[in-house]
Amino acid sequence: MELLVASAIGVLTAAGIYMVLRLRTFPVIIGTSLLSYAVNVFLFASGRLAMNAPPVLRDGVDVYTDPLPQALVLTAIVISFGMTAVVVIMAVGSYLSAGEDLVDVPKEDVDIPQAPHSLRGEPVE
Amino acid sequence: MTHWIVAPIVLPAMLAAILVLVARFHISLQRILSVAGTVVLFAIAAGLFWQASDGTISVYQLGHWQAPFGVVLVADRLSTLMVLVTATLAPLVLLYAIGSGWDTRGQHFHPLYQFQLMGIMGAFLTGDAFNLFVFFEVLLIASYGLMIHAGGAARLRAGTQYVLYNLLGSTLFLFALGTIYAQTGTLNMADLAVRVAELDPANSAGIRVAAVLLLLVFAVKAAILPLHFWLPSSYAEAPAPVAALFAIMTKVGAYGIIRTYTLIFPPDLEITQGLFDTWLMPAALLTLALGMIGVLGARRIDRQVAFAVIGSMGMLLSAVAVFTPAGITAALYYAIHSTFATAALFLLVDVLRDRRNAVGVWLNDAVPVTGGPLVAGMFFVAAIAMTGLPPLSGFVGKLLIMDAARESNLVWWVWGTVLVGSLIAVVGFSRAGSQIFWRAHQVASAQEADPESEANEVNTKDNSAPEPALPMVAIGTLLALLVALTVFAGPMTRNLSATAAQLFNTDPYIAAVLSKPGKTIKDDHADEAAHDATYTDTEEGH
Repeated sequence: MELLVASAIGVLTAAGIYMVLRLRTFPVIIGTSLLSYAVNVFLFASGRLAMNAPPVLRDGVDVYTDPLPQALVLTAIVISFGMTAVVVIMAVGSYLSAGEDLVDVPKEDVDIPQAPHSLRGEPVE
Repeated sequence: MTHWIVAPIVLPAMLAAILVLVARFHISLQRILSVAGTVVLFAIAAGLFWQASDGTISVYQLGHWQAPFGVVLVADRLSTLMVLVTATLAPLVLLYAIGSGWDTRGQHFHPLYQFQLMGIMGAFLTGDAFNLFVFFEVLLIASYGLMIHAGGAARLRAGTQYVLYNLLGSTLFLFALGTIYAQTGTLNMADLAVRVAELDPANSAGIRVAAVLLLLVFAVKAAILPLHFWLPSSYAEAPAPVAALFAIMTKVGAYGIIRTYTLIFPPDLEITQGLFDTWLMPAALLTLALGMIGVLGARRIDRQVAFAVIGSMGMLLSAVAVFTPAGITAALYYAIHSTFATAALFLLVDVLRDRRNAVGVWLNDAVPVTGGPLVAGMFFVAAIAMTGLPPLSGFVGKLLIMDAARESNLVWWVWGTVLVGSLIAVVGFSRAGSQIFWRAHQVASAQEADPESEANEVNTKDNSAPEPALPMVAIGTLLALLVALTVFAGPMTRNLSATAAQLFNTDPYIAAVLSKPGKTIKDDHADEAAHDATYTDTEEGH
C-alpha cells in the first residue's frame, strides 16, 4: 500500500515536472494537472494510510481514519480544477490572439518599435 | 465588537456579488458602490488598526469552533497594519481606474477588484495555514481576471505565463502544507508553533523540508531571485491600476515569510537554524542587485518599474533576513513605503503611456508629454522615493535597513549591495526621466524649426484636450502619503518596533488563539450524546 501510493505520487510528480518544462502551453497545462493530482494523493496520505476505517465518529468503532486530509483534498481538488479551467481559457485566448502557443518571451519584446519618422525627430546639435 | 475582524473579508465578498448580480450593466452604479465599499473598508481597517495598536490580539473563531479544530482569524499589530496599508491603497487605485477609464475597457473590473481585496485581506488576517492557502487562491484567481482585463495579445500571453507560474506555486504550497500536517497533525499557526517547538531536532527531516518548501512558496510570491521570472512581464503587461494594486501582492509573500518564520519557525528554533543566513540573505541581495541592474537595462518604463519592484523586494527581504526586531521594523517600514512608491510609479507610467501616443512606454525620443511640468514633477518625486534618495521615505527606509544590518554577519555585503544598487537605480531612473522629459524638448524645438511637420499638429491637438483630474489626484495622494511617511517617520517606527516586538514574543499570540473558548469535540464518553447532537447540527448547518 505504502509503496503503491508513494510510487504513484512520485511518478505523477516526475511526469508533471517533465511536462511543465515543455515549450508549448498545452503540455504545460497537462503538466500542472498531473502535479495537482500528485499533490492531491500526497495530501490524502498526509493523514496516514488507514484501510477500511470510517472518517466519522461512530459507536462501536475504535479505528478511525483522519478526516481532515479528506476535507483538505476536497478543497484542493476544487481549487485546482477551477484554476485549470481558467488557464485553459487564457491559453486558448492567447493562442487565438497571438497565433502561436509558445510560452517563452515573444519576439516583439526583443525589438524596439520605432515611432513614425515625423514624431521621432533628430537630436538637436 | 469582535465581528469587525471578519468584516474586511465579508464586505468585499458581498459587494463583489452585488456588483456582478445587481449592478452588472450600470457602470456608474458599479463605480459608486465600489468606491463606497473601499472607503468603508478603509474605515474598518483603521478601526482594527486602532484596536490592535495597544497590543491586544483579537481572535475571531469562524463557526465558533475552538482554535485547533476551527479556522481562526487573528488581528494583531502586523496583520492589522497590512490590512490598513491595503485599504489605504485600494480606494486610491480605484479612483485612478475610474478617472482614467480603465474600468470600462473590459468586463467586470469592479467585482474582480473587490474579490482581489477579499483575498488579500483574508491572507493577512487568517491564523490557519491551510486557510492562508485558500485566501492565496482567492487573491490569485481574482488577479488572473484583472491581469487580462481589457485583453490584447501581449497581455494574454503574459497572463498565461503568470497563471502557470502561480499554479506551480500553489502546488508547491500544497506539498508544503501536506508535509507540515503529516509531521505535526495540525495546520493552525499557533498550534503549529507549539508542536514544532516540541519536535525532536534529531528526527526532523520532514519538518525541515516543509520549512524550506514554505519559504520557496513565499519566495515565489515575493519574487526572490531564482523565482522572480513571472514578475517583470506580468507587472509590465497588466493594466496600470491592476499593476498598482499588485504592489501589495509581493508584500503578501513578505508577510508570509515574516509571519511563518517568527511564529512557527522562530529564529532560535534549532531545526531551522541557518535557513536565513545561508539562503534567504544571499538570495535577497542577489534579487536586489538584479532588480537594480534591470532598472538600468530596461528599455521600457513599465519594465523598469517592474524591475524596481524586484529590487525593492530584495531590499525588504535583506532586512527580513537579518531577523532581529530592528530588521523586521526596517522591513515593515520599507514595505509600506515601497507599496505606495511602486503604485504611484505604475500609475504615472500609465499616464505617460497615454500621453506619448506613438512611442508609448518605450524609452525613445518623442514630443513632450502634455501636462509636462506636473507629470514630470510627480515622476521626479516618485523616482526619488523609489531609489531611496533623501529627503523621502525611501531614504529613511534604507537607513533603517542598513542600521539593522549591522547585526548581521554579512553586514558589508548588505551595505555594499544596497548602496551600489541604489546608485545604479538612480542612474537608471535619471536616464528614463531625462529621456522622456528633457530630450523631448529638444525634439520639440527641432520640430518647431520645421513648421510643416505633421507632428506639430498632433502635438497641438493633444495640448488642447482637457486631461481628467481624478488620475492626478490619485497619484498625488499616493505621493502625499510618501511625504507623510517621511514626516511621521518617528511615530511610525515606534509603532513598527512595537509590532516587531510583538512578533518576537509569540506566547501572547499562542495563548490568545488556543485559550479562547468555543465549540469543541468532546472526548468524554459521558457527553457522547450531547456531542453527537452538536456534531450533527453543525453538519446540517453546513
